[in-house]
Amino acid sequence: MAEIADSGGGGNAKGKKRAKKSSTRVDMTPMVDLAFLLLTFFVLTSTFSKPKVMSLAYPAKIDEPIDADAPKLNNGITFLLSKNKVFYYTGEFYPADRPGKNGPTELTETNFSASGLRKVLADLNSYVLLRKEGMVKKVKAKQLADTTYTRLLEQLKGKPEALKVLVKTDDKALCKNFIDLIDEVKIAEIGVIAPVPMLPAELKLLETQLKK
Amino acid sequence: MPKIKIPKNSPSIDMTPMVDLAFLLVTFFMLAASFRPSEPVTVETASSVSDKVIPDNNIMVTIDTEGKVYFNLTDPEARKEALNNMASLYKVSFSTEQIEKFSLMSTFGCTIKELPEYINLSGEARKEFKTDGIPLDSLDNQLKNWIAYSQVAALNTGKTAYEEAKKRGLSPDAKDFKPKFIIRADGKAVYIKAEKVIDVFRELNLNNLSFVTSSEYNPNNTN
Repeated sequence: MAEIADSGGGGNAKGKKRAKKSSTRVDMTPMVDLAFLLLTFFVLTSTFSKPKVMSLAYPAKIDEPIDADAPKLNNGITFLLSKNKVFYYTGEFYPADRPGKNGPTELTETNFSASGLRKVLADLNSYVLLRKEGMVKKVKAKQLADTTYTRLLEQLKGKPEALKVLVKTDDKALCKNFIDLIDEVKIAEIGVIAPVPMLPAELKLLETQLKK
Repeated sequence: MPKIKIPKNSPSIDMTPMVDLAFLLVTFFMLAASFRPSEPVTVETASSVSDKVIPDNNIMVTIDTEGKVYFNLTDPEARKEALNNMASLYKVSFSTEQIEKFSLMSTFGCTIKELPEYINLSGEARKEFKTDGIPLDSLDNQLKNWIAYSQVAALNTGKTAYEEAKKRGLSPDAKDFKPKFIIRADGKAVYIKAEKVIDVFRELNLNNLSFVTSSEYNPNNTN
């Protein structure tokens, strides 16, 4: 197919014996077929990128229950996750029967898109993000070394002014929701993330929100 | 009138460059491909912007859509050690052949009593194997024991690998040889199922966990 061989010259008129003038070319078609077969196989089966991992440090388990007078969370946001839904409130939680200065806590709904969750976190964590932007500019202008930048960013994330995030899930939330949330939190350069169990009062509030 | 002469030579194309290229690509793909042993579950993970590649020495717990729990340990030597310890704890006997086979297996999700039968199956039949996954409730927490034994075993094999790398004149980072704990949860699985697995890790004081994710575009990417 690939090579239509010339039929070798006809017999000599004088009948002299001559080596047959057969072509030295080899028919490569089967080899090429095989090569492409293998090629297709490897292209289709090989997986190049190893999966990626996202690390998350959990707080160590403590046996004794945390007492009610634990240090108050002042610069925090709490996310309540349900199936494909996400609600949040900032600061402390005030149940309906024990309202705070501004009345009981109300939940705000948001979504997993860039205009939802990402914007909420970016606004609340502007302290870190603005300073980070300034540092990135310095790095680009070669006024700050890369390693110093990483170190300073870690320090910045740990500052009291930086936002802290609590994540609470109900029994219907999906893993995807949780990972999406943690991902957004990481994009917003938040250093302190704590997945914690939901309080009964919070669950009640979440359920009334879901029914709406 | 003279007849039009049809050129007698054949319409041949030189295929050599094409063949060269084909073989070059075959060689490339053969060398670059990494084969994964077939897994009993397919898991579709959620995506994240993280660009950390999964470490080589790892202990992985998989949670499928129904919340069934599977376990995997990458290092073959550590697998053998962990299996031997589990076998003596739960008084299940394995033949040397089965232990050898187990060390080359991938993820599995069955109780220790079902394991000998599961090992004997062929790759395809394993996918059909009916099981409830590895038990992890407080009465029969096999997952906890698997993790505990695997951690010790993987730490030992990691140590040997580290010393070997040192002998070869490299300057390895000890951190790279320690086993990492990984959770691979299907995006559609309910989070409380994953939380139960996380709690098992935390009971063993293993608080630094990683989630397997597929990658997506990072809006913070400064490059």
